[in-house]
Amino acid sequence: MSRPEDLAPPEVFYNDTESGKYTSSTRVQHIQAKMTLRALELLNLQHMGFILDIGCGSGLSGEILTEEGHVWCGVDISPSMLATGLTRELEGDLMLQDMGQGLPFRAGTFDAAISISAIQWLCNADTSYNDPKRRLMRFFNTLFACLKKGGKFVAQFYPKNEEQTESITTAAKVAGFSGGVVVDDPESKKNKKYYLVLSAGAAADEQQVNLQGVTMDAEAVEKSKRNRKIETETRKDYIARKKDLWRKRGRKVAKDSKYTGRKRRPKF
Amino acid sequence: MKFLTTNFLTCSVKECDRSNNSFPLHYKGEACQLEQDEGIEFNPEFLLRVIDRVEWDAVVSVAKDLGNSTLPQQKPVFENEELSEEDMIVLRDLHVLLIQTNIVEGEMTCRNCGHIYYIKNSIPNLLLPPHLA
Repeated sequence: MSRPEDLAPPEVFYNDTESGKYTSSTRVQHIQAKMTLRALELLNLQHMGFILDIGCGSGLSGEILTEEGHVWCGVDISPSMLATGLTRELEGDLMLQDMGQGLPFRAGTFDAAISISAIQWLCNADTSYNDPKRRLMRFFNTLFACLKKGGKFVAQFYPKNEEQTESITTAAKVAGFSGGVVVDDPESKKNKKYYLVLSAGAAADEQQVNLQGVTMDAEAVEKSKRNRKIETETRKDYIARKKDLWRKRGRKVAKDSKYTGRKRRPKF
Repeated sequence: MKFLTTNFLTCSVKECDRSNNSFPLHYKGEACQLEQDEGIEFNPEFLLRVIDRVEWDAVVSVAKDLGNSTLPQQKPVFENEELSEEDMIVLRDLHVLLIQTNIVEGEMTCRNCGHIYYIKNSIPNLLLPPHLA
């Protein structure tokens, strides 16, 4: 099966005809609804909240968020998809934005974020100036910032290969998220689905460390063995050590003699 | 775009991340068209949940940009679990302002870098040209 990711950038691939086809296809609608419900199940939200939908397209997933009682905001890069969404009387806000350029929201805006079949696009380099690694980092960094403390993010995605999963999870971890990948239906080739499940720090209502009766000035940390050794060595030891190192690296080093590391007297 | 969203939206330019001026964006009053969307149901629970997150100074300043300078300077507080009649009236007003008010057409400018974003058909275009991305 061909992957749309290999054909063209998302804003080009999802043109008017393609987004019309996508939105009106009952098969796509059914799959999207199923994945959105599964993502919500993974999110496990206790209350209704303010949710960000990344790659919302024409709002197929947003409709379900509305049904579940959440208020949502969607971003997508394809103008045609958003235009299709406009005709569907959605309650959420739609925005035209490239997730690789970062999510322009104030810190702590959203309770949670979901993304259905979108983040694999970040692994593509569509133009000469965009670098997938940088875009992934920018995406996860800004996402981490705009989620509130303990906010969760569930993303269903279609990785092309192991490396893509790896680069996505690494970028998420570097940004500060904890979590991993959930694979549904691992046996089936067709129904196998990958969900990235992340949480941004610990929730505010979780047990915090108990700091009662603690003095905050920490004692000086004991220096590591190596540092101690370096501190006590003499000037001569230092020269010997450096010469040794250079010799090991194959550099040309002056021969050791009894004069090595000695001071030059003024008489000289 | 809902009025509520204006309270969270900042400039997308990376350099503006560290600036205090990139929020709230400046809305050009004469270019903005507003619309009331009556279709969205009143949801007090969500409003109570989200009101903690709202920066009231920004609400007041954006409302002023859009030509409404009648808002109170202080953020409404809801102390009791049980909502009184008055609280409900305030919440209903908040619902009309934050959720039902829609910016259909408009222009917003970042106060830090001066980049102009356009809102068309109630969809803001936040894409950046390649040299800023």
